[in-house]
Amino acid sequence: MLQFFNVPRRDLLTFLAFSAVVLAMPLWLSPLGAAYPGLMQKFAIYAIFALGFNILFGLTGYLSFGHAAFVGVGSYTAVWSFKLLTMDVLPAMVFAVVVAGGFSLVIGYLSLRRSGIYFSILTLAFAQMCYSLAYSVLTPITNGETSLQLTLRDPRIIDTALAPRGEGLPSASILGHVFSGVEGFYFCAVMLIVGFFISQKIFSSPFGMMLRAIKSNQVRMNYTGFNTRPYALTAFVISGMYAGLAGALLAVTDPLAGAERMQWTASGEVVLMTILGGVGTLIGPVIGAWLIKYFENIFSAFNEQVLHRVFDWVPDGLEDIVVLITSKFVGEGWHLTLGLLFVLIVVFLPGGVMEGVRRIAGLFGRRGKPSSGAAMRVQPAE
Amino acid sequence: MEALLAQLLNGLDKGGAYALIALGLTLVFGTLGVVNFAHGALFMLGAFCAVAFRQLITLESITIDPDQLSPWGTPLEIKTPLAQTWFGEWGSFIVEYSVPLSIVFAIPVMLLIGIAMERGLIKHFYKRPHAEQILVTFGLAIVLQEVVKAIFGANPISQPMPSALQGAADVGSWLGLAPNMVTYPWWRLTYFVFSIGVLSAVFAFLRFTTFGMVVRAGMVDRETVGILGINIGRRFTIMFGIAAVVAGLAGVMYTPLVPPNYHLGMDFLVLSFVVVVVGGMGSLPGAVAAGFLLGILQSFASMNEVKSILPGIDQIIIYLTAVVILLVRPRGLLGRRGVMES
Amino acid sequence: MSVAEKNIVLHVADVHKHFGGLHALSDIDLEVEEGKTHAIIGPNGAGKSTLLNVIIGKLAPSKGAVVFDGQILTGKKPHEINQMGVVRVFQTPEIFPDLSVLQNVMTPAFAKRDGAYRANIWKPLEAETEIREEAEAILEDVGLHERRDVHAGALSRGDKRRMELAMCLIQHPRLLLLDEPTAGMSRHDTNTTIDLLKKIKARGMTKVIIEHDMHVVFSLADHISVLAGGRIIAEGAPNEVRGNPKVQEAYLGGAHDLGAHSK
Repeated sequence: MLQFFNVPRRDLLTFLAFSAVVLAMPLWLSPLGAAYPGLMQKFAIYAIFALGFNILFGLTGYLSFGHAAFVGVGSYTAVWSFKLLTMDVLPAMVFAVVVAGGFSLVIGYLSLRRSGIYFSILTLAFAQMCYSLAYSVLTPITNGETSLQLTLRDPRIIDTALAPRGEGLPSASILGHVFSGVEGFYFCAVMLIVGFFISQKIFSSPFGMMLRAIKSNQVRMNYTGFNTRPYALTAFVISGMYAGLAGALLAVTDPLAGAERMQWTASGEVVLMTILGGVGTLIGPVIGAWLIKYFENIFSAFNEQVLHRVFDWVPDGLEDIVVLITSKFVGEGWHLTLGLLFVLIVVFLPGGVMEGVRRIAGLFGRRGKPSSGAAMRVQPAE
Repeated sequence: MEALLAQLLNGLDKGGAYALIALGLTLVFGTLGVVNFAHGALFMLGAFCAVAFRQLITLESITIDPDQLSPWGTPLEIKTPLAQTWFGEWGSFIVEYSVPLSIVFAIPVMLLIGIAMERGLIKHFYKRPHAEQILVTFGLAIVLQEVVKAIFGANPISQPMPSALQGAADVGSWLGLAPNMVTYPWWRLTYFVFSIGVLSAVFAFLRFTTFGMVVRAGMVDRETVGILGINIGRRFTIMFGIAAVVAGLAGVMYTPLVPPNYHLGMDFLVLSFVVVVVGGMGSLPGAVAAGFLLGILQSFASMNEVKSILPGIDQIIIYLTAVVILLVRPRGLLGRRGVMES
Repeated sequence: MSVAEKNIVLHVADVHKHFGGLHALSDIDLEVEEGKTHAIIGPNGAGKSTLLNVIIGKLAPSKGAVVFDGQILTGKKPHEINQMGVVRVFQTPEIFPDLSVLQNVMTPAFAKRDGAYRANIWKPLEAETEIREEAEAILEDVGLHERRDVHAGALSRGDKRRMELAMCLIQHPRLLLLDEPTAGMSRHDTNTTIDLLKKIKARGMTKVIIEHDMHVVFSLADHISVLAGGRIIAEGAPNEVRGNPKVQEAYLGGAHDLGAHSK
C-alpha cells in the first residue's frame, strides 16, 4: 500500500501545484467573474469526467461516443441511494462508481471486441439504448422525462432510523453535516484531486505505458506477449467509474437525475473537452473541461444589451451590425462558437491547448538559449 | 396478415430515407475514405432548403392603395405573395407544390454546399486518422445546425404537402383485399417511390457513365486509378457533392412527414451510421438493403403485439440490430472484410 | 555430436499448406536444434513467408503440425506464442512509434516478467530500475543507447530494425524468428546487422532466419534448408548446401554466384 504513494519527485510537484490551483479556485476565479459555487462545482465535476475519459481515449486511442451513459447511470444510482437509504454522499458515491463500473464492464467487454470506428459506433449504440430505455420502459426507475427527484415520501431507511423526519426535502450531507454551497464545491474539488492523483499514477506506471503502446501499435503489443483486450477493458472500466463518480457528484450538488445526461451530445462534449485540452496529456483534459464550462457560462450569459455595451466604441451605424453578427455567437448561439472552436482546434491544433503551450514554450526556449538541445529540454516531457 | 402488410408499408418510406442517407455516407466513405459525421446535417440542410424555398415564394410585397381605406381609416395595404407577382396564376400552384418544387432549388444549393465542404475542409483530412475525421466533421455538424438555428429558429417548421396528395391510398384494395383494410398515406407512398427513383438514378449513374466507372474503380483501388493519370481528386469532389444532393433531396421530401428542426440531422446521423454499419462499410447495395431492412424492422417493432412481449423494443431495435451485427458479423451484410478495422 | 544428443526445440512436422488449388507448401519437415541458427532460404515465391506464418501460428497448416517444445503452436494467439518464448522480428519493423526508444525496449520486458496481463499502477515506471538497466544495456549492444530518449517513430529504418531486435532480445526468447532481417538495407547496415546477429549467436540463442539474401545466411547459419516451389530441395551445413547443384539451379538456373551479395 505504501507503494501507492511512491511518486516521482516531478510528479509530486505537479500534483501539489494542481491541488493548490484547484483549491484556490474561489480566489483566482473571482476576477474572472466565475467564483460562484454552482459553476465551480461544474468545473470540478466535468474535469473528473474528462480525466477519466482521457484514460481511455488519450492513452489507448479507443474513441468512445457513449461515455455519457455512465454519467447518467451514476446520477440515477446516487439519487436512488438518497431516496432509499440516506442523504449521506459517501454511500451514494460508492454505489454510483460500482454500478457505473458494472455497466462499463459489460458494455466495454462487448464493444472492445471491435476497434476503430466500429468500436465508436458500438459504444454509441449502447449509450443510445440506455438513453432511449431511460425515457421509455425504464420510467419506473428513471422517472422518464420529469427526471428522478427526491420526494417527501422517500423511505430513506437509514436516515429515518437515526433521526425523525424533518420538514421539507433534505439536502445532501456527509457524516451528518449538510453541505453549504462552497462546501459542496470543496467536496467536489477534493474528489477531483483524488481523481487526478489516480490518473497521474496510471500515467507514470508501466500500465500507462502499456496503454500508450496499445494506441501506438496494437499488433506489436500482441506479438510482444501482451493480451491487449483486458488492458483496454481495464482502461474502459476505470474511465466508466470516473464518469459514474462525475454523475454521482452532479446528483450530490443537485439531487436530480435526468436522461438527457446520457444523450450522445453529452458524450460528444467530453470528447471535445479532451481534444481541446490535449488528448493523452495529463492536465489537458482538465483545462479543456474548464475552458468549455467557463465559456459556456460566460458566452451564454451574453445578450444584445451586454453586446451593445461591449461595442460601445464602434460607430453607431456599424455597432448595430457588429452586435447583430456577434449575437449569433453568444447566448443561445453559444453552441455555434463551440462548434467552430472544435473545427479550428482539430484542423490547426490537434494536440489541443497543451500542444499550443508546448509550441510557445519551444519558441521561447529557442530564443532564450540558442542551442536546440536546450530547447528540447524546456519542453515538458511526455 | 393485413396488419403485417400495413407495417411493411409503414417501414418503406422511413427505409427509403435511411437508404438515401446511408447511400451518400457510404459513397463518401468508399470514395474518399472519410467518416463524415456531418452527413446528417446535410439531410437537415436539404429539409431547410424546402423551408427556405417556401418562405421565399410566400414573401409578400405590400402595396398601399390610397383610394381605398381600411376599416380603421388608414390606406388599405394589399399583400401579394411574390410568387404571384412574378408568376401570376402559376404562383398559387407553386405555393401549393412548394415541397416537391424545392427539389429544383435544393439540387444546385446542396451541390454547392457539398463541394464547398469538401474543398474547404474535408479534403485536408484524407490522410488524417479516422478519429480526427470524426471529430472535425462532428464539429462541422454542430456549426451547420447552429447556423440553421440562428436563421430559422429552434422550433420545428411544418411544411404542408400538396392537397392532392393528402389522404391515404387504399393499397389493400389494389392487392385484392377488402377496401380500407390496408391504407397508406399518399405522401409516404410518394416518398417511397421518390427514394427508389433517386437510388436508381445514382446506381445508373455509377454503372453506365464513364465518370461512375472511374469512381467505382477508385473505390476499389484509388492509387492505381491515380496512376492511370485520371484526376481522381476532382471526381471525388463531385462525388461528395452528389452525396450531399442525395442527402438533401431525402431531407426536402421528408419535410411534410416530420416538421424539420435544426437537430433533425443529428437524430438521423446516428441512425444512418447504424444503417451503414449494418449494410457493411463501403458497400452501396448493402447500405440500401440495410436502410429498407431497418426501416421495416423498426416499423414491425412498434406493433403493439411486439411491444407487449418486448417492452421498449421499438425504441432500441435499430441500435440492438447494430450491436448484434457488429458483434456477430462485423463487416455487415454485404461489406468487405477488414474495412475500417484499424 | 551424435543424433541421440540432439535437443530439438522446434519441429515442423510434415506440413502442407494449400490455398485453394495452389500448393504453397508441401511436405515440409524441419527440425531446429537448441542453440543453433537455422536458416530457411529460397528464391522469391518459394513459400518462405507462408512457412513463417505457419510456424508462428498465423496460418493453420492444411496438414501436419508445428510443435514447439512439445506443444502445438497452431491456433494459439500471438501473445500466447510469445509467452511460450517464441519471439518474432518482422520484415518491416513493427515498433511503437509514439514511445521513446527506451520505452520501446522496456515494454517487452514487462511482458516477460509480468505475463500477458497485469494492471500495475502502484509502482511508477521510474522505479523499475532493473528493467530499465537491462534495456539500457541492450540498447548499448545494438548501438542505440545515445538515442534512447528519441521518439521511435523518428528513427531511420535501419535503426528501427536494430531497436526491434533489441525489443526481442530483452525477452530472452527460447526461439527467435527473423523474417528477412536485412531486407531493404544498405550494404553498410546489412553488415552491421550481420555483426549484431553474430554477437547474439555467441549467446547460444536458438534462431530461425528466413532470408532471401544468401550472403547473410552463409556467415550466420549452422544449418540451412533451401525452399523452392514450396518444397525443401536441399538441407545441411552451409558448405554442403553451397555446393549443391539443385540449389544453384533454383537460384537463377545456376548462373548466380551464391557467395555474392544479391543486391
